[in-house]
Amino acid sequence: MIELLSYDFLRRALIAAVLVGIAAPAVGTFIVQRRLALLGDGIGHIALTGVGLGLLTRTSPTILALVVSALGAVAIELLRVRTRTGGDVALALLFYGGLAGGVLFANLSGGSANLGSYLFGSISSVGTGDLYIIAGLAVAVIVILALFGRELFVLCQDEEVARASGLPVRFLSLLIAVTAALTVVVAMRAVGLLLVSALMVVPVAAAQQLTRGFRATIGLAVVVGVVASVGGLWVSVDADFAPGPTIVLLAMAVFLVAVGTGRLVRMRRTDVK
Amino acid sequence: MTVPFRMTGGEVRLDRRPVLRGVDLTVEPGEVLAVMGPNGSGKSTLIRSLLGLIPLSAGRVELYGVPPARFRDWKRVGYVPQRLSVGGGVPATVREVVSSGRIARQSRFRPFSAADRRAVDRALDAVGMADRARDSAQELSGGQQQRVLIARALAGEPDVFVMDEPTAGVDAASQETLARTLREQVAQGRTVVLVAHELGPMEPLITRSVVLEDGRIAHEGAPPRPRGECARPGHDHVHPHAPAEEPHLLS
Ligand SMILES: Nc1ncnc2c1ncn2[C@@H]1O[C@H](COP(=O)(O)OP(=O)(O)OP(=O)(O)O)[C@@H](O)[C@H]1O
Ligand SMILES: [Mg+2]
Repeated sequence: MIELLSYDFLRRALIAAVLVGIAAPAVGTFIVQRRLALLGDGIGHIALTGVGLGLLTRTSPTILALVVSALGAVAIELLRVRTRTGGDVALALLFYGGLAGGVLFANLSGGSANLGSYLFGSISSVGTGDLYIIAGLAVAVIVILALFGRELFVLCQDEEVARASGLPVRFLSLLIAVTAALTVVVAMRAVGLLLVSALMVVPVAAAQQLTRGFRATIGLAVVVGVVASVGGLWVSVDADFAPGPTIVLLAMAVFLVAVGTGRLVRMRRTDVK
Repeated sequence: MTVPFRMTGGEVRLDRRPVLRGVDLTVEPGEVLAVMGPNGSGKSTLIRSLLGLIPLSAGRVELYGVPPARFRDWKRVGYVPQRLSVGGGVPATVREVVSSGRIARQSRFRPFSAADRRAVDRALDAVGMADRARDSAQELSGGQQQRVLIARALAGEPDVFVMDEPTAGVDAASQETLARTLREQVAQGRTVVLVAHELGPMEPLITRSVVLEDGRIAHEGAPPRPRGECARPGHDHVHPHAPAEEPHLLS
């Protein structure tokens, strides 16, 4: 690994992997807490339309993905509030629309071959410009969570209690949705839009097998996320696998180990008592 | 002198179906008001609309003299929602959940202070959950989770408690503890609005009760006693809307 770091593209990939490993599970913890585990998937599909538009207009697909997925996140949040029944159908329509739009625009641009690298990730092709965007977004995500963590915890625990505590529920809901959209764009290059949500959900699912508290869950989920994304990158370079799926499968493996360990720990605990 | 809650002609429609129909209710400071009535009679809807969590379709409501949308002093309110569990898809320790009750008193850049910590400790003691503080709240029994939700409201040290069936699923000993805690709170001038089917050990605390039936206040007066004491002095019946329905209300 060390000698590989002399390659510029691998250094960039490694930095991107660390940032994704931190940001995605941190946001994911709040989203799972809010029982919106599939939100990342929804935003990922919508972001694809942004990528397609970027390819079509020959501007940065990353920046257009950012704009479109942020708008999509706001739309999802508004739909969630406005439609109590049939909300999931409305969301599904948005997802399909996003995917279809992405493929259509990419085809029109004649560059639909490029689409694959956004669908399934291509972390080793991250350029310097992309890396700046990814780093900026990752820092933004972490700052937002650090500043609003306490309020977001209450919101994601119980929205009604949040409102009766005087919290700006509308604003915080949009904030967490937009933060998720930023994270989708951060993770897009690493694991691809179709697997983005896995990095937001699987490390959290793994961590909560072993933890009893919220802070502990965020902390451990971030550790799992970094281990999976850096480890996955390393394995994929070493064995010449596709990095995105390798990262996700590694996270799944950690999840399975965590389930087993969690069982054992809990059995011990009850034995002691 | 502003009162904690004042609702005049309160009407709520959910899915176009009227759920509250013309409720007039004033809650004075220091009162312990029990809201009673059968399932679906609109008790939760009444309290949620008092807090502005559900909009009124007609009438008005004021919290300390201000409509909920313009109310800013939320640290004065402690709400215990009607829930089967503490909620959330990620584990949270009992202490984390109870500490979140301080949110209305915190500002963004002030870390959790010693005063915050003491209030949380007191709240945990009051519901007898101090020894479980580091455990995951989601792994507790239903009654224990209910006690955690009560502790969250206590931790905020509000002026008025709004509790929706706080004793549902809570064992007799813990109900006694809760009643004792509420008695202390009321002695310090706090106001309590609570929904309950069984008052149990809280009965002696109650200063007034309203009985909802089909979205209207069907009975209002001194707390209903288990036996027929309707002739007791000071027990004035108010049957503004549905006098014919009264006999089976309190049975
Ligand atoms: N979200 C909703 N949409 C439509 N109708 C609702 C909704 N919530 C409650 N209702 C209806 O409003 C009526 C009053 O409900 P509410 O929850 O206030 O009753 P309650 O008195 O608190 O009952 P319980 O004793 O079961 O808690 C019920 O008939 C219920 O069907
Ligand atoms: Mg109710």
